[in-house]
Amino acid sequence: MEKRYFILTGLTMLTITALVLSFQAVFASTPPDGKEALGRTLAKQAVKNSKRWTTVDHAKIDALNQNFTSGEEITKACISCHSEAATQFHKSIHWTWLASGDKSDMRYGKAGYSVNNFCISGNAMEDKSCLACHPAWNKKGSQGVVNCLQCHNSSGFNFEEALGDIEAFSKDDDPDTKEMMEDIQNEVKEAVSKVTFPTRKNCGDCHFTGGGGDGVKHGDLDTSLTKPNRMLDVHMGIDGKNFSCTRCHTTVDHNIAGRIYTNPAVTKRKSLIEDDLAPKITCVSCHSSEPHKNDSKLNDHTDVVSCQACHIPKYARVNPTKMWWDWSKAGKMKDGKPYVEKGPFGKPVYKSIKGEFRWEKNVVPEYFWSNGSQTSTTADDVIDPGQIVKVSHPVGDRTDPEARIFPFKIHRGKQPYDKVNKKLLAPLLSGEKGYWTTLDMNDAIEHGNKAIGIPYSGEFDYVETTYAFPITHMVAPKENAVNCTQCHIRENSRLANITGLYMPGRDKSSLFDTIGWLSIFGALAGVLLHGLGRFFTRNGKED
Amino acid sequence: MKDKKIIKIYLYTRYERLWHWLQAFMVISLIVTGLEIHGTYKLFGFQTAVNIHNFIGLSWLILFAFFVFWLFTTGEWKQYIPTTKKLFSVILYYSWGIFQGKPHPVQKAKGAKHNPLQRLAYLGISAMLLPIQMGTGLLYYLYNDIPQVLPLPVLAVIHTLVALFLLNFLVIHLYMTTTGHSLFSHIAGMITGWEEIYETTKIAGWETQATKKE
Repeated sequence: MEKRYFILTGLTMLTITALVLSFQAVFASTPPDGKEALGRTLAKQAVKNSKRWTTVDHAKIDALNQNFTSGEEITKACISCHSEAATQFHKSIHWTWLASGDKSDMRYGKAGYSVNNFCISGNAMEDKSCLACHPAWNKKGSQGVVNCLQCHNSSGFNFEEALGDIEAFSKDDDPDTKEMMEDIQNEVKEAVSKVTFPTRKNCGDCHFTGGGGDGVKHGDLDTSLTKPNRMLDVHMGIDGKNFSCTRCHTTVDHNIAGRIYTNPAVTKRKSLIEDDLAPKITCVSCHSSEPHKNDSKLNDHTDVVSCQACHIPKYARVNPTKMWWDWSKAGKMKDGKPYVEKGPFGKPVYKSIKGEFRWEKNVVPEYFWSNGSQTSTTADDVIDPGQIVKVSHPVGDRTDPEARIFPFKIHRGKQPYDKVNKKLLAPLLSGEKGYWTTLDMNDAIEHGNKAIGIPYSGEFDYVETTYAFPITHMVAPKENAVNCTQCHIRENSRLANITGLYMPGRDKSSLFDTIGWLSIFGALAGVLLHGLGRFFTRNGKED
Repeated sequence: MKDKKIIKIYLYTRYERLWHWLQAFMVISLIVTGLEIHGTYKLFGFQTAVNIHNFIGLSWLILFAFFVFWLFTTGEWKQYIPTTKKLFSVILYYSWGIFQGKPHPVQKAKGAKHNPLQRLAYLGISAMLLPIQMGTGLLYYLYNDIPQVLPLPVLAVIHTLVALFLLNFLVIHLYMTTTGHSLFSHIAGMITGWEEIYETTKIAGWETQATKKE
């Protein structure tokens, strides 16, 4: 080929490239500065000025400048200014532990018929160990007085213990004791003034340790999020954006935005441009539905794939989380005594009072279609004990426009059910009559079901159950996001069980693929034979 | 046929040759990346394969428009008019005569680039397979941006099947290039534009319609 052909080819290719680039731009929206993804610009804008400011220094408020002798007194001081706070809070699920605003509707809620496959039931607040997380003073549940400090104090001070000491010391006239009491009272006074918007630790005291220990329940919420780095959570990382929980879980009248049993956290994904008063900050609120670079194929995913599905490649990345809890193994003794056996991660794999456990770290989520709602099987629902019972499971499929493919932690286990009434049972665990004291399951069920007012036939067995937790925290930096071929692959795709859509790389038509390849191999065989024929006849040429 | 003299004729213009090799490059790249996206093997990595495939696919679409323009403004489209004249003698030649060293029943000439079998094959490919492939490819690419014409599984299955048929064509096409008077004479012709043919070749009037002046 001559030199000019090369030059010509080069010039043509250049022209083509220019043409194609301009053509592609037609199909893509133009980002604001021409380079950065729209979602990135919006997200930066949203966190540009996140420092909170206030006109109040609680250390200078007279109402707080007194010697408190009980928690109730502290709350009274709070309410002397924040007159409606307790009234509002009494109506929130954090206080009632019932999903419905109507207190007689017991259907969904820790204080109602809801069960899980961890400690199973809250037994209508009869199970006192559960009340450690109820925001009332001295584990009194919704009968008590709101403990504002549980969510609004940053001191980390143990108020209940200190106030208990003060109460005990106040009965003593000894001058030394009095002096000690005054010291404690000054400590309390100082700690009380550290009023705050809820910090990660305030929320985490309950939500990181749900189910009775660190990381037991959620998988994407554990104490590693109190001070996370950005590798664990890009938003909450103290070396990153340093979000607190309340940055996204916004509040109206002390009702904190988030998923509640069957109610989704949000029903529609909207950016703050579309709705700047949205009740809950979601990924789309700041990142929009075009979070990736201009004309990136990734943006075409956002109508079916949730952000979390790719951006939380694994959960429980720092602390392990519980994956299996078998109540049917509970009650075994060693030398006539209950015992504990530790396994990997230094976590118990067996407890006589609870049964058998399995823990895992760096867990790959399971994926399901989800529109944000979840089914919730309560202690009042009839189950099919012949099958694995889905105590909580995502709702949605391909045809639901709000559904996305979403990552979940599925906690599996075995728990008691009523063999006659075919309902999940709610054994009472703590206290004198609880299973942890008596190790008598039948008796524990009698007391527990009585507390919630659901009859028990007297016959129980164990059934395998699953409980689904949406994975939405622990968002990894973008370079750690799930790559294409973890899903777009024939074997072992993360989305192997997702139906209702065609995924290049995962799916194929065996019939049409076979037809195509047969035609190719047929052609190959044909030309090979033809070529051999020509070779041996030498195209008919004589030697 | 040793005694017959070989002469050179200028058969393929600069644009035709450029288009041929450019299209060859694009089609092969599309098949290679397309099969990776289909999950047949791993080569560039899925994301890179998708990016290359989209870029070349869209480029091909634009360039094909230029080709169609060229085809109709130059009258070259007439080279693709199907005919049954001599079709069976060509088929007979490739299935029998070629082994006996018989001459090709239809020789190339200016204005007669394709024999009747080629006309039929290229018409089928240019007018059927390629437009289907480009159409399904574009709908696939724009799946999120335009109203749904065909469901994605249907688009994907057609797109894959036609791709495999084009690979089938490529196999046969490559083999057929070796059937000239020497193994590489046809390929050389497509590079330089000069095709070597036997001097005695006679061209019938119906074959050169495309370049005939009215």
